[in-house]
Amino acid sequence: MSGTFLGMPAFPEAARKAVGDSTLRANLRHATHTIRDKRARAVAELDDWAALREAGKLIKDRTLRHLDTYLLQLEESVTAAGGTVHWAADAAEANRIVTELVRATGQTEVVKVKSMATQEIGLNEHLEAEGIAAYETDLAELIVQLGEDRPSHILVPAIHRNRGEIRDIFREKMGSWGRPAPEGLSDTPAELAEAARLHLREKFLRAKVGISGANFMVAETGTLVVVESEGNGRMCLTLPETLISVVGIEKVVPTWRDLEVFLQTLPRSSTAERMNPYTSTWTGTTDGDGPSAFHLVLLDNGRTDALADEVGRQALRCIRCSACLNVCPVYERAGGHAYGSVYPGPIGAILTPQLRGTASGIDASLPYASSLCGACYEVCPVAIDIPEVLVHLRERVAGEGGKGHRLERAAIEASTWVLDHPGVLAAGERLASRTRALHPRRLPGPGARQWSDHRDLPELPAEPFRDWWRKNRT
Amino acid sequence: MRVALFVTCVNDAVFPSTGVATVRLLERLGVTVDFPAAQSCCGQPQFNTGYRAQTEPLVRRTVRAFEGYEHVVTPSGSCAAMVRHHYPSFGTEAGALAPRVYELTEFLVDVLGVTDVGAYFPHRVTYHPSCHGLRLLGLGERPRRLLEAVKGLELVELPGAEECCGFGGTFAVKNPDVSAAMGADKITNALSTGAEVLCGADNSCLLHVGGMLRRQDAPLRALHLAEILASTEEEPWT
Repeated sequence: MSGTFLGMPAFPEAARKAVGDSTLRANLRHATHTIRDKRARAVAELDDWAALREAGKLIKDRTLRHLDTYLLQLEESVTAAGGTVHWAADAAEANRIVTELVRATGQTEVVKVKSMATQEIGLNEHLEAEGIAAYETDLAELIVQLGEDRPSHILVPAIHRNRGEIRDIFREKMGSWGRPAPEGLSDTPAELAEAARLHLREKFLRAKVGISGANFMVAETGTLVVVESEGNGRMCLTLPETLISVVGIEKVVPTWRDLEVFLQTLPRSSTAERMNPYTSTWTGTTDGDGPSAFHLVLLDNGRTDALADEVGRQALRCIRCSACLNVCPVYERAGGHAYGSVYPGPIGAILTPQLRGTASGIDASLPYASSLCGACYEVCPVAIDIPEVLVHLRERVAGEGGKGHRLERAAIEASTWVLDHPGVLAAGERLASRTRALHPRRLPGPGARQWSDHRDLPELPAEPFRDWWRKNRT
Repeated sequence: MRVALFVTCVNDAVFPSTGVATVRLLERLGVTVDFPAAQSCCGQPQFNTGYRAQTEPLVRRTVRAFEGYEHVVTPSGSCAAMVRHHYPSFGTEAGALAPRVYELTEFLVDVLGVTDVGAYFPHRVTYHPSCHGLRLLGLGERPRRLLEAVKGLELVELPGAEECCGFGGTFAVKNPDVSAAMGADKITNALSTGAEVLCGADNSCLLHVGGMLRRQDAPLRALHLAEILASTEEEPWT
């Protein structure tokens, strides 16, 4: 707990570094404000946005209430369409299943569609340890992978990198992963994109195994859906002989009619587009068209624990649009890495502690990484009341009584006692007012120092309000 | 009309002038104001920090203190939001207080039906809409309409007005660096307006932003909306 008031050093300390990095803050400010404004315009175009948001929420809630039924229906539909369904209780099981499936093909490399689920389970690292190279093909994920970096945003994982840094990463690293960057590569977006295109094209054409996640799974037909902007996903989903999709169990929707709602709300919320450029759907396998083998790995990894929590389960509605990250004043200053998870920002602050638990310092600190301003809830296309879940998780963390929280609990209990005894409260207020000439502008000690490092303490009044009232109105 | 003033613990101890201004303003508008002395804190700090059990005694106290009042007026958006949004989860009796609590600008505009309260405040002012008033109560244009009707007042738009100032209760001490960075950006925006006064309707936010302004000796002071509305030509507020 080194130095912080209430014993949650993890997020606050990581955030302190980001706050001190003026380039990072400028990059994040520019990027988040640009996309935030674009999203607001894209959403304002629809006069039925509120109804779509409510529909999305209700569809997800109904599906989650009957998740067992829809997952079994999905398994049946996928199997009937020629796919194979695997169930993974946790990250280790999912990684083992995927590794075995790749091994069975005899291949030692795979191409990947951008996927949060595979990042959540650390699939690339696991495959690498098993001698299988996994190539990210989304431009931003490629930048992150080549830079031996971590993603810092759900939609724009390299949001913390600028053009110059990307050029340097491409120049230095592309050669060791495959086709090197062209001679004299500049930092213009067109040249950077072309370098990535040439580098990736080689991998698409060679790959025999593709690995993806999915944005949605339609139970009635067993169809998986990926929405994307670059077309790299379409390449990975169609060119390889074997396709393996690792998908969280909460991604199922019952019918295509349900899907219709999300295909309107997701692109407007994430990239601020009316429709994303590529929407790929696939149902099992089709002779002579696309992969001849399809495996679906259904991932729990903490999701049923979240589902068991009546307040927390709404986090499972999330469609990973990132709108909450882009409006969050805390994310804007702290950056994505401070959240210590592939799910940063407000959604990460409620999802990660539910998926991973709150035993570690970072996980226990996440529910407090918010001023509860409510901007996230306002933009969420499936109406997740993120502040409500944050407070709920704070109750859980405080109730577990980890170190630092004992002191906090004592302070809170003392404050409640004083506030519940107005005679004592008034006496304290009067004492503070009468000694006000002696008060310094800065104070040492836990809490007071965190406050007075940045702000003056208020100048206390000559008397509290209740004394003014007694003298002037009674 | 008779109302109960819910002054809030922060105003009682640190900003009594906001309470005095609220009383003066309401009385000027013909309202009889009571101050039930049993009142204390609504429990928001405890609740938002994750201590529900420790919130309960304060919820019960608040509910008892305002028994029998149809209109409870408070010069704090976040305390009004605490009662309206979270008290119902503490039981029927607590929930019954929720619809009877009015944030000051709601009471003026919706219940009294006034926007021109006869105030005079010859200064350049910018308004920061605090998050809980903005998003949980939906105060909307009410504060702005009240300010626009103040004689002599020049209202200037605050860039990034809807962004949180970084206070957030215990957030300010649990995440001091992010909180201060948010506050610094709020101040930069406020200073860019050339205003003399940064006006808000929640003194907890002004405690934070005002504290940062004083630390920097900035040519701008934070002031609660009630104190601007209480100011008249005959009795100017200083």
